[in-house]
Amino acid sequence: MLKKIARILWKDILTEFRTREMFSAMFVFALLMVVVFNFAFENAPRDSILQAAPGLLWVAFTFAGILGLNRSNAIERENMSMQALMLAPIDRGAVYLGKMLANFLFMWISELLIIPIFAVLYNYSFTAHFWPFLLILVLGTLGFSAVGTIFSGIAVNTKMRDVMLPILFLPVVVPVVIGAVETSIRVLAGEPLRGMTDWLKILVVFDVIFITVSFLVFEYVLEE
Amino acid sequence: MPDSTPHLELFDIRKNFGLVAALNGVRCSIAHRDVVALFGRNGAGKTTLLKILALLMRPTDGHFQLEGVDARRDAADTRRHIGFISHATYLYSDLTALENLKFFGALYDVPHLEERIAQSLRDVQLWDRRHERVRGFSRGMQQRLSLARTFLHDPSLLLLDEPYTGLDPIASGMLDRLIERFHREGRTVVLTTHNLDLRLPVVNHAVVLEKGLVACDERRSRFASKDFEELFKEHVKERAE
Repeated sequence: MLKKIARILWKDILTEFRTREMFSAMFVFALLMVVVFNFAFENAPRDSILQAAPGLLWVAFTFAGILGLNRSNAIERENMSMQALMLAPIDRGAVYLGKMLANFLFMWISELLIIPIFAVLYNYSFTAHFWPFLLILVLGTLGFSAVGTIFSGIAVNTKMRDVMLPILFLPVVVPVVIGAVETSIRVLAGEPLRGMTDWLKILVVFDVIFITVSFLVFEYVLEE
Repeated sequence: MPDSTPHLELFDIRKNFGLVAALNGVRCSIAHRDVVALFGRNGAGKTTLLKILALLMRPTDGHFQLEGVDARRDAADTRRHIGFISHATYLYSDLTALENLKFFGALYDVPHLEERIAQSLRDVQLWDRRHERVRGFSRGMQQRLSLARTFLHDPSLLLLDEPYTGLDPIASGMLDRLIERFHREGRTVVLTTHNLDLRLPVVNHAVVLEKGLVACDERRSRFASKDFEELFKEHVKERAE
């Protein structure tokens, strides 16, 4: 099964490498948000910026991620190639994992490119907190991709798919976003990870539950 | 497997979409080497039935057996034996012809994949264009590549949903020859069509679907295209009255 997952992942990487549609949409949108809010916070006190900026960062990642998920859907809708994956003699959970890992990877890379720009604009230093923040970035993005991939599978069968995805998906992914924002604020304020184990547990449990459940039910989601 | 076992047997298959019943209990037995033409007017349930047989859709009730085994018992293995063609090409536009076939061949665990791909691309006359992206292909070329994709894993059951719709004459002729080859090799073909002028000499089993039920199920050594028209008019008209 791992080979099949890797094949699906590789196919998405190759497609994205050639079109750059998913990555560029996510990166430009997130960049725009970070830049625009920088002007809004220009005269705000430093403490307020430190409190609000991680939330802003995750809002940018969330909406940029939705753009990415819509693009990921579009690849499988064109020529109805998702049906070709459904026809293949593989566990449909493998299709889910392949797509989920691709969504995670593209989103995570665009986040990594936004972080230095964010650090410069908001005068943050990530050097002291880089590894804890990277862990939060991985956990948050994984949860986002886990939920986003299953919900984009649901939305793809609806007529108003581009509208349906955020409507269905955002209420479910809220715990991940809140968890990621809470931990990001504390990490960037210099708190050690052991001081926020409750939030980290929530992120880890959410990721594990959603990946497992989605893996098991993806077959039913895809079949009409 | 004894030849007396039907290749495909459908038991009371029903499918509802909300309050609308698309299939009302389809029963049918399809033998090995059958080339089945499944007729019916628009909305008769032909595509729904084919999607259920391809395991793309779950029936509301009923089941079907492939080689005497419930098709859903090991769905992934069942899919290995099925080839499905519809009006969509099921190809990735930003991959090359070769990459598309490599990708699908790997998903189906096709043995000797490189040779199979080379043969398939030569069969559909796309070997010289193998390194080009599908997006740059004409509609006819995409359809030919789609045929190569379908036959790559050597399926024993071929399901075709309105396969001639939108095909250019070259692709249409290619499909005819592939179906005939399939029949000669002892495999089974089920194709849906509302084209009563079907000129496929290997069709030996005609099924007329009307309002989600089998209205006519007839086997002959050979059907002429006027036979299809007669069967269709007789059975669809009777029910309409």
